[in-house]
Amino acid sequence: MALLSKKDANLILDPLADNNPITIQVLGICSALAITAELKASVVMALSVLFVLGVGNVVISLLRNVIPSKIRIIVQLIVVATLVIVVDQVLKAFAYELSKTLAVFVGLIITNCIIMGRFEAFALGNGPWKSFLDGIGNALGYGVILIIVGFFRELLGSGTLFGIPVLGDPIRKTGLYATGYENNGFMIIPPAALIVVGIIIWVQRSRNKALIEEA
Amino acid sequence: MGLKEKLHTFRVKNQDKKWFPVFSGFHTFLFTPNETTKHGTHVKGADDLKRTMNTVVMSLIPCLIFGMFNTGYQHYLALGEIDAVTGGFFGSGFWTWDNFILGFWKILPLVIVSYAVGLAVEFVFCVIKGHEIEEGYLVTGMLVPLIVPVDLPLWMLAVAVVFGVVIGKEVFGGTGMNILNPALTIRAFLFFAYPTWMSGDKVWVHGAVDSTGTADAISGETVLGYLAQGNTTDLAQKYDLADMFYGFIPGSIGETSTILILLGGLFLIFSKIASWRIMLSAVIGSLVMGLIFNGIVAAEWIPEYSKFYSLMSFEYWQHLLVGGLAFGIVFMATDPVTGAQTNRGKWVYGFLIGFMSVMIRVFNPGYPEGVFLAILLMNVFAPTIDHYVIRGNVKRRLKRLKNATIYPKVTEGAEALKTETV
Repeated sequence: MALLSKKDANLILDPLADNNPITIQVLGICSALAITAELKASVVMALSVLFVLGVGNVVISLLRNVIPSKIRIIVQLIVVATLVIVVDQVLKAFAYELSKTLAVFVGLIITNCIIMGRFEAFALGNGPWKSFLDGIGNALGYGVILIIVGFFRELLGSGTLFGIPVLGDPIRKTGLYATGYENNGFMIIPPAALIVVGIIIWVQRSRNKALIEEA
Repeated sequence: MGLKEKLHTFRVKNQDKKWFPVFSGFHTFLFTPNETTKHGTHVKGADDLKRTMNTVVMSLIPCLIFGMFNTGYQHYLALGEIDAVTGGFFGSGFWTWDNFILGFWKILPLVIVSYAVGLAVEFVFCVIKGHEIEEGYLVTGMLVPLIVPVDLPLWMLAVAVVFGVVIGKEVFGGTGMNILNPALTIRAFLFFAYPTWMSGDKVWVHGAVDSTGTADAISGETVLGYLAQGNTTDLAQKYDLADMFYGFIPGSIGETSTILILLGGLFLIFSKIASWRIMLSAVIGSLVMGLIFNGIVAAEWIPEYSKFYSLMSFEYWQHLLVGGLAFGIVFMATDPVTGAQTNRGKWVYGFLIGFMSVMIRVFNPGYPEGVFLAILLMNVFAPTIDHYVIRGNVKRRLKRLKNATIYPKVTEGAEALKTETV
């Protein structure tokens, strides 16, 4: 079962928990707040970042010896921008409604700190295979948090998951709504995402005390 | 062995148990523990946190009881079963058993839910963290039922209390460490989570929501809601100034009676629990903002068809009589934990609360009330205000030090001190 060496496996597993880009490094917060009101948007965003970061890391890693270090940021931007445009066009072609929900945030993947951070911190100094694993790992770590936040926000805020009503019909008062339950409008607005992310950070750090910074 | 000794031996025996804080909380609520300090002298004060909290709760009781009467009064008035009260504060038709009993049965559950849920959360955190129970919730638990509409479903209140106590207080380290006023955090949560139950013209009078769409539909707008609809001329026919001052108007349970809030405020000032600086400066702040709006109307800078016109032309001092402004200034803004700590800071903090409240009131398109938002905003800024006040003090004293002659004149230590501070 030695598909990946232990070191390589850690490249993927570390960002999922103990070195999570959102909850530990606190990167990529803006998009986590903006698009997580719906689970579907969260998943699509997670997949888009997975694609951009996985491919981007490989491209940068391949180019790392020919990029003059003075203009490396520009080169990185061009690579991200290209990939993001690909994602944007694919979404517009095959999932137009969804791309309208995500609106400007697909374009803003370019400015997602996680991506530039991994290019700078990892891909510029490591080979393509390792960079690929690192990119996948970080994108998954980002995506996991996005999906958790999206799950709670959509469930509590709209009573649906992936747009499918799971708690009953709020207008005809069926299911849970028959008991007087109502959707929580607070979960729809972006500050709620901040609080949900905060709670995830709280839970994570109280389970693993090693993550708590020295005061 | 008397009960007191028995409790004490029980206390000593179980000191390291997990549930000890719960026991200790109830124990010190009723008794002073037997433990005394063995060495040294200590200043002893009787006004510990529990006494402080109890004083504030006491000052809230008149508002609570008035709220019970008012709930019944507004309900029966809207149904047309009784006539509007006449003859001043103790006028006929208001202080009746019918009114009280209806209000009592509507409001008591809110109080019970607020206390039960809030204290449960507090106890859980005390047991987890293993420290003494903190009394911070005593006041919050009484404030919360007073600042919500009477028909709010109990489960919503429970959810909001859990949120407010955990996110508003416990994550910061519990009583005394919180940045935001927990009672207002609870109200803000309710407002954004369940806006249909917290605003509009249906929620302020008991029974209005249930009767919607039926033949006996009643409604009850707050004065501010009425103004925000753009009505200006016939407000006086609906409520006169005395009604607003005495509190015979629809609104959140405890916020309507300005006279009783004033009474509670004076009690808090004389018992030195709340800061008169914050109260006074907040009143000044709201008057100033009101005057500015009145001035804009008087100068005809704003056309009459503007949706802000009616609220802007509302007489500046009457802002203090309607809505939650008076209640917020007296009981919320003066929270010693979340407010500014320095005396000069208190003036700035209070002034901005009054100023912002009236501003949000007028310019908020969805909801004609802004007191809770203004206080929460200034809660966040209170440490910044204090920081600059303290920097200012340090600067002034440094200047004094520079001009001062330090004795003895020629020792090296004094020179070092001077260079260090300059």
